[in-house]
Amino acid sequence: MTTSTQTIEQLAGKEYQYGFVTDIEQETVPPGLSEEVIRLISAKKQEPEFMLEWRLKAYRHWLSMTTPEWANVHYPPIDYQNIVYYAAPKSKADGPKSLDEVDPELLRTYEKLGIPLQERAALAGVAVDAVFDSVSVATTFKDKLGAMGIIFCSFSEAVREHPELVRKYLGSVVPTGDNFYAALNSAVFTDGSFVYVPKGVRCPMELSTYFRINAKNSGQFERTLIIAEAGSYVSYLEGCTAPMRDENQLHAAVVELIAHDDATIKYSTVQNWYPGDKEGKGGIYNFVTKRGRCEGRNSKISWTQVETGSAITWKYPGCILKGDNSVGEFYSVALTNNYQQADTGTKMIHIGKNTKSTIVSKGISAGHGQNTYRGAVKILSGADGARNYSQCDSLLIGEDCGAHTFPYIDVQNPTARMEHEASTSKIGEDQIFYCNQRGIATEDAVSMIVNGFCKEVFRELPMEFAVEAQKLLEVSLEGSVG
Amino acid sequence: MLEITSLQARVEGKAILKGIDLTVRPGEVHAIMGPNGSGKSTLAGVLAGREEYEVTGGAVRYLAQDLLELAPEERARAGLLLAFQYPVEIPGVSNVYFLKAALNALRKHRGEGELDAVEFLALVRGQLKTVQMDESFLRRSVNEGFSGGEKKRNEILQMALLEPRLAILDETDSGLDIDALKIVADGVNGLRSPERSFLVITHYQRLLDYIVPDFVHVLMNGRIVRSGGRELALELEEKGYGWLEAEVTVGA
Ligand SMILES: Nc1ncnc2c1ncn2[C@@H]1O[C@H](COP(=O)(O)OP(=O)(O)OP(=O)(O)O)[C@@H](O)[C@H]1O
Ligand SMILES: [Mg+2]
Repeated sequence: MTTSTQTIEQLAGKEYQYGFVTDIEQETVPPGLSEEVIRLISAKKQEPEFMLEWRLKAYRHWLSMTTPEWANVHYPPIDYQNIVYYAAPKSKADGPKSLDEVDPELLRTYEKLGIPLQERAALAGVAVDAVFDSVSVATTFKDKLGAMGIIFCSFSEAVREHPELVRKYLGSVVPTGDNFYAALNSAVFTDGSFVYVPKGVRCPMELSTYFRINAKNSGQFERTLIIAEAGSYVSYLEGCTAPMRDENQLHAAVVELIAHDDATIKYSTVQNWYPGDKEGKGGIYNFVTKRGRCEGRNSKISWTQVETGSAITWKYPGCILKGDNSVGEFYSVALTNNYQQADTGTKMIHIGKNTKSTIVSKGISAGHGQNTYRGAVKILSGADGARNYSQCDSLLIGEDCGAHTFPYIDVQNPTARMEHEASTSKIGEDQIFYCNQRGIATEDAVSMIVNGFCKEVFRELPMEFAVEAQKLLEVSLEGSVG
Repeated sequence: MLEITSLQARVEGKAILKGIDLTVRPGEVHAIMGPNGSGKSTLAGVLAGREEYEVTGGAVRYLAQDLLELAPEERARAGLLLAFQYPVEIPGVSNVYFLKAALNALRKHRGEGELDAVEFLALVRGQLKTVQMDESFLRRSVNEGFSGGEKKRNEILQMALLEPRLAILDETDSGLDIDALKIVADGVNGLRSPERSFLVITHYQRLLDYIVPDFVHVLMNGRIVRSGGRELALELEEKGYGWLEAEVTVGA
């Protein structure tokens, strides 16, 4: 494959062959989306030709698509011609100059979450020159990983340094035309993360984007690709508990995971984008496509998510269980407070024999929050002995919120075994009184009860992450009980 | 310790307590008996601060404070403990976590340092023995799937741990086998001290053989219709409540 040997210089030399008229030096392109803008993004990123072709294909497909209407979320139409699709890494000059200029509410939240002082500034978008410990730590990790043959880098770097891997796997799980937002992402994504774990290697540490995001904002259209070769293991952590400042309202990320024979990928997310204010104004729209393919025999992909942020969450991390005996798991906590809306769940597609999937979804609604679980389990005709266990529990706090459950089941093989459990409960006055009677304040009682409700999911998270997630729920629920 | 004067309360617009007078001094054990629906749990609930009960008259002084002014958790922190007639289940919250949170809430209030997991475990292990519960109950969710008797013993465990100044036991003896009854009684007797008082709500004189009360009161139709020593319980055991009802009507 010629692309695999192309060097950056060669690629850079091709920039103008597509007849660009736009000034390549400019830092931002004007709002709006067109083939020209996509060519420009690709050129700015010095991408190989196949990437540009891939983006253009996605774009053309996107043009023929319409926004999905089936989700139980409501928002005004988005003007896609009014979005800036490429901006060079923001000069820090635009952000607040010091912590004094940052929303005090946000700072209080950082404090409650126990975010170290020097990191608060960076999260809030303040220009800080000091090098974080976390960044240097990340560099040290990277050397160690490199010695084991593990690649962990930004997506742009992967396109430059490992084009053969990118070309082979990009879009292999989430095709460019998969859905409206995935197509949009494919056309315009600017960066993200790339992980490759070679055969038989067990990644010795949790790979966390937290380090990377501190160093650099990867933008609103993020792309992540994780490949685990035969017999390998990797655990990946995405996001962080601190609400991040971001001017982009629309976020449409795509994550693709591929697990070969006997490989395991564990993908954990804590999502806490800005949810909007108490009246429901502002807030991020988070429209994400996440999917993993258990390509090989005995492979396993496990999604764990704690979703507390965003005004709207639209997200269904799924697994394609292709290899025989492969295992897919989905553990989710989704919390909606104030006017937040979440429509989230999973999709498990059983193709191989004796494939197994587990779904545990915990929805918490408070305030005027609307929380929808939407899950699909599909057992194809060849999937002899497939098994699924689904459990969807909803917890309501207060009178004005809502919980909705839409499980879709499609079984084409008579040997499949399906188990489904669902429950909806309200935090009982009597539970809170019982705690009060033991000296525990109401807010603490609520977070205790909520954490208890989420326990089965939290125990799937890596230890430190679980502790943070608990604290996050506490903070997110503040003021939800009178 | 506790001084209740002409306490009236209603629930859902219906008057349940119709003027209760009761004084409990430090170190005393008072038993409250009375037919089903007479208002015993309501009294306990009002003292503990249950929201659905609306106090419509009277006053309650507790350790030189206006008890009715305090939020339920403040009452608890001031040393008032209610052992529930129907202990509440909290799925997913381990008993040990709950107990530790409760104890630390009290300690914090008293200005004492909070106990860490190791210190707490050492403490609670000792207490478990006195109520003859095994350690698996620490890991299980609060009261979830506990048998009736286990729930009651769990209440006594909490009492032993939290060392209240005033403990109100609402039918802690109901549904217990004879061994469990002794365990509960031992738990209470072990805590009896000149500073600590008990309000023991029960239907059975048998409990009072083990926990010997200083006073027995009969609550009927929202009023204390008779008070006496422990012999009153024996009399009730023999005669039931009918004769009192007759007396009340005659007296009225
Ligand atoms: N939340 C409520 N709503 C309506 N009625 C209530 C409520 N709580 C108590 N009551 C009523 O108040 C009355 C007194 O109830 P309470 O529970 O105090 O009785 P009790 O003396 O404890 O009876 P028992 O011996 O059966 O436990 C009963 O008629 C009961 O139905
Ligand atoms: Mg009662």
